[in-house]
Amino acid sequence: MATIQDKIAALCPEAQFEQADVLQVTVPEAKWHDLAVALRHDADLAFDYLITIVGMDWQESMGCIYYMMSTSRGNETLAVKVIAAGTRKSPYLPSVFDVWAVATLYEREVYDFFGIIFVNNPDMRRLFLSIDWVGYPLRKDYDTDPKLNPISTESERQSDFTDTWTLEKGKLVKNEVRVFQPEDFVVNIGPQHPSTHGVLRFRTCIDGETIKKIDVYMGYIHRGIEKLMEGLTYPQCLPFLDRMDYFSAQNYHSGMCRLVERAAGIKISRRAEVIRVMMDELSRIASHCLFMGTFCMDLGATSMLFYTLRVREQILDIMEKTCGARMTFNYPCIGGVMQDLHPDFQKDVKALLEIIPANIKEYQKLFTGNVIAKERMVGVGLLSKEDAISYGVTGPSGRASGWSCDLRKIRPYSIYPELDFEEVLATEGDSMARFNVRLHEIEQSAKILEQLVDNIPEGEYCVKVPKVIKLPAGHWFEMTEGCRGVLGIYLESDGGTTPYRVKLAPPCLPLAGVVDHITEGMKIADLITIGGSLDYIIPDMDR
Amino acid sequence: MEVTTKSMPYDAWKDNEYIEKLVKELQDNGTNVIVGSLDKLINWGRSNSLWPLTFATSCCGIEFVSLGAARFDMARFGWEVARSSPRQADFMMVAGTIVNRMVPVFRRLYDQLAEPKYVIACGSCAISGGPFLKSYHVAKGIADIVPVDVYLPGCPPRPEAMIYAIMQLSRKIKVERFFGGVNRQEKQQEFLREHPVAGVND
Ligand code: SF4
Repeated sequence: MATIQDKIAALCPEAQFEQADVLQVTVPEAKWHDLAVALRHDADLAFDYLITIVGMDWQESMGCIYYMMSTSRGNETLAVKVIAAGTRKSPYLPSVFDVWAVATLYEREVYDFFGIIFVNNPDMRRLFLSIDWVGYPLRKDYDTDPKLNPISTESERQSDFTDTWTLEKGKLVKNEVRVFQPEDFVVNIGPQHPSTHGVLRFRTCIDGETIKKIDVYMGYIHRGIEKLMEGLTYPQCLPFLDRMDYFSAQNYHSGMCRLVERAAGIKISRRAEVIRVMMDELSRIASHCLFMGTFCMDLGATSMLFYTLRVREQILDIMEKTCGARMTFNYPCIGGVMQDLHPDFQKDVKALLEIIPANIKEYQKLFTGNVIAKERMVGVGLLSKEDAISYGVTGPSGRASGWSCDLRKIRPYSIYPELDFEEVLATEGDSMARFNVRLHEIEQSAKILEQLVDNIPEGEYCVKVPKVIKLPAGHWFEMTEGCRGVLGIYLESDGGTTPYRVKLAPPCLPLAGVVDHITEGMKIADLITIGGSLDYIIPDMDR
Repeated sequence: MEVTTKSMPYDAWKDNEYIEKLVKELQDNGTNVIVGSLDKLINWGRSNSLWPLTFATSCCGIEFVSLGAARFDMARFGWEVARSSPRQADFMMVAGTIVNRMVPVFRRLYDQLAEPKYVIACGSCAISGGPFLKSYHVAKGIADIVPVDVYLPGCPPRPEAMIYAIMQLSRKIKVERFFGGVNRQEKQQEFLREHPVAGVND
């Protein structure tokens, strides 16, 4: 750690260091861009993966915390805190879009929620809320009066323009630029379109059949979860995690529980750890099964859905017996899990493990070897490893590009270090690889389950926790491997029973952000393949 | 008159009072014999081939996918022809949260459905805003946006519950009247008059 600290101190003498769970550096706004370039390109630092940008409103000031990771140097993490310059009415920060590609999108998100302007960002539009939205909802003084932002059945105002801001002699200057040129031919796809897997909209500029540019339009299912959490106690916050990426409900939920437990200093029993990991892996299998079904359906092979959902239903039965629900389980809780396993659990899991190999064989026979499927997937939607890192594409999609980003391996949590499984990697980076990685991850998850099913230790499933959970003042950051990639959770507490700020950094936002880059020059019909193979969940990206 | 569907005995329904009320209303208005049997024929056809619109915004939609798959198999009831275009669909299962930005789109989809059209509010989000009731960007239920025929509680409702809800809808269709009398269609028109959209209703 010392070397990073020395290095940064040499680059930026004003930097202040603070050792929280992640080393945090506070730098002045004027030095931030130069430091970002050095952090990214200096061989001794090489922070090439920007995990998230957490917008913050500390009331007396506003700013951002940038969480980043260095993939080449042992996946070390670093947080950089920068306080915005300017007044509360128009705070601003320099943009780092030229350092990390995904920053363009993240900065738009911060702008949307906090009104912090990122100077030089080429696309400073709102992301989730409409152009005419009044106020910035995540600011502490946001006026929630519904009269300001009424629900209207009239179509939303659209614009072909976006803003960029520059700094001239210390003054912010706004410039309008076109998203599309007047001669461009733009086709609208979505938000209600069967292949977008939810309500996502693509404004697609095409030349003949070739895609020139895609403007991803989100927010059709933005539910304001982060703001809602600020008014709720920690246990009350948990159910929202189930409703983001509903296929990773268990994974997200246990991730948040782990974070709160770590912050509150609660140690859970080994039995609870094992149960959580088993549930996570069961979810992963179910999620990948559903992915295969819907992806093949997008490509026109509807029958695959029925085959893969068969396994999913079996898993849902196992979960239902224990958790009482087929979806939105709300099963892990702070201190362990809600209730003990159902007596049939082990028997059912074994029955599942028995049928999985045969099922995978069947999928391969049905689909993977199919000539039409190959034609549509091989070489379609290439994503290089460098781009995957720069765009923050994690999860199976990132691993299909050769980026070893499985948190269960690279920053193992819970009992994963003791388990024997492999991280599935591919090098092709095309749709076929993304499909195959998921297929093989099912095998690996089954392998994990095999090791655990007979080794569930006795003990309490939930330790005693105080009735009212209060966290000390401070902030924490936790990452979890969901079924689609890395979920980052930032939690700041002011010492009360409710969080001061929760930031959820979902894996699906960068997945949607990379669509424009990955589809450029491809045919319009491939958009469906590419979108399907990235496997984003819209409520996850919108929150 | 016992109104039910083929696969459900009359006594198995949980709320027969309301359908009896509907039947009574219908009978009170008096029926012409010929028109009455025509109504019956139309209703029989409509209630047995309800085609849903493929519409889902979030979690609840996944249970709708399960409903379409082999285990719950809505094809048993003639509902499996999920259409991607609203012009070809009969009803809309509003599965998921409707947020501010989605409202105009959702309303447009409803307006594009061909008559006769029906709406099922599926899940607590569609009914009231559900867990997101206090959010700054969520509609507090869809009843202010479109007329709703069946409310289906749950978060998410189980596929079995969805089957029950669609059966309720087809039962409701059976006691509709398309010729004369105050019927559902008129109530729907009244709703649309009270909730106009510029460019559509003028
Ligand atoms: S009712 Fe529950 S499951 Fe359905 S969309 Fe709303 S939050 Fe999701």
